[in-house]
Amino acid sequence: MAKSFKEALESGKFVVTAEVGPPKGTDIEEMLHHIDLLKDKVDGLNVTDNQSSVMRLSSISVSHIIKEKGGEPILQMTCRDRNRLALESDLISANILGVDNVLCLTGDYITVGDHVEAMPVFDLDSVLLLKTVRLLESGKDSGGNELKGAARFCAGAIVTPEANPIEPQLLKFEKKIKAGAEFFQTQAIYDLDNFKKFMKYARQFNVKILAGIVLLVSSGMAKYMNANVPGIFVPKDLIDEMAGAEKGKALEKGIEIAGRMIKTLKDENICDGVHIMAIGKEGKVPDILAAAGLA
Amino acid sequence: MIRSITQQKSEEEILRLLEGLVRVFIIGCGTCVTLTHTGGEPEMEAMKEKLSDKGKLITGGVVLPVACDNLTGDALSKHGQQIAQADVLFIMTCAFGVQTVARQLKKLVVPALDTLFIGKETALGQFDEICLQCGACILGETGGICPVTSCHKGLVNGPCGGTNNGKCEIDSAKDCAWTLIYNRLKDLSSLDAMRRFQQPRNHQGEPKPGKLVISAS
Repeated sequence: MAKSFKEALESGKFVVTAEVGPPKGTDIEEMLHHIDLLKDKVDGLNVTDNQSSVMRLSSISVSHIIKEKGGEPILQMTCRDRNRLALESDLISANILGVDNVLCLTGDYITVGDHVEAMPVFDLDSVLLLKTVRLLESGKDSGGNELKGAARFCAGAIVTPEANPIEPQLLKFEKKIKAGAEFFQTQAIYDLDNFKKFMKYARQFNVKILAGIVLLVSSGMAKYMNANVPGIFVPKDLIDEMAGAEKGKALEKGIEIAGRMIKTLKDENICDGVHIMAIGKEGKVPDILAAAGLA
Repeated sequence: MIRSITQQKSEEEILRLLEGLVRVFIIGCGTCVTLTHTGGEPEMEAMKEKLSDKGKLITGGVVLPVACDNLTGDALSKHGQQIAQADVLFIMTCAFGVQTVARQLKKLVVPALDTLFIGKETALGQFDEICLQCGACILGETGGICPVTSCHKGLVNGPCGGTNNGKCEIDSAKDCAWTLIYNRLKDLSSLDAMRRFQQPRNHQGEPKPGKLVISAS
């Protein structure tokens, strides 16, 4: 894409981002294939940061690879594994590698991953990380010291429109905006009526909202997420639609549903774009875009 | 009253720590570890039996009234001979008691327990951590509920995305600290406190090792 992610956000177009999950190990062939497949079809590619507290290649190294290939990486940074000194150092390091989009996250707790005895850091949280990004842009670090060359970022955060209770989540959303978030990628949404309610509230703020689209691959996956993933709710009619798919065609049905949702979000001008998470099925993102009429 | 909350080490670890040490003197405590059933009279008697079965020779044992007290040395002096015969002092108290004994006697010490946290009994047989002693108290802005202690991530600026119907995604039996704080502040018409930015914590508010000297004025 010729445009930067920030330019795409500001252009008023319907923005599309997708996600690359760094592998656990040094064999990056499959990941490079996904980057090549997606980098020119989307406005930004998120790179997850030791996603689900599972140790993998760093988000900075993979973001750099995407940049070198001419794509627009969105560096995900969590507060779980690094204190403020390391986070600040990594932020300016990302900047000199040409990585200038960052998604600021608190991060999953350490025990959900594969290094359960490691120290959970959380020296900062997502709000404080956003403030730290803006501080580095002012030419200072959090110790109050002058930087030799300030940082420059397009910074975003996440929000969970299906959180229960929602009110504390929205207070934090507003805090993230005040801390400097320019865009939000949401946790997966499936219930468009509820999402519209959230957007009615969110529209009062000057931020871009990209709706989280997680590809359903089976009705079992939908039920599993409802039971086990806080902040995700798949309505019964979608579960039934997945269950009703012809044998062996569930993935196609999931792609159809994702495409249909994206098309509705765009055609009805509900939000500013979508963030597509096709976890483990990154190769299917072009099919989702085609189903949405965006290819 | 706040207590030192402890848990007995695994038998495997206990035997590893006592490897090559045959004659054992056991020390319990009548305070916190009696409450948690990890180092009172019944636990000490059970431990004597367990170690005897493993071939250890128990030279004696005592449940001190308060093991972390300065009088511990005096209390132990009554057992001087049994202690002198022992290869090791096997201590069923919290780490404060272990260190107190170690400072008083020139003798190898082995802890039987792991000290988990400083907390209190909140229901029968249930102990909860109340204060992390972070040295930078924010209770005044959180309705008296501590997120540094009771949120798994210690978040100070609001909930993460893992709130699950008001419970914590890490422990479904535990209330989300930030849901509790929100409800409390809302009841008190003080939600603005939640909108304020909390700064990153000053980790030197709790210097390691902690030390405070009150100067005479």
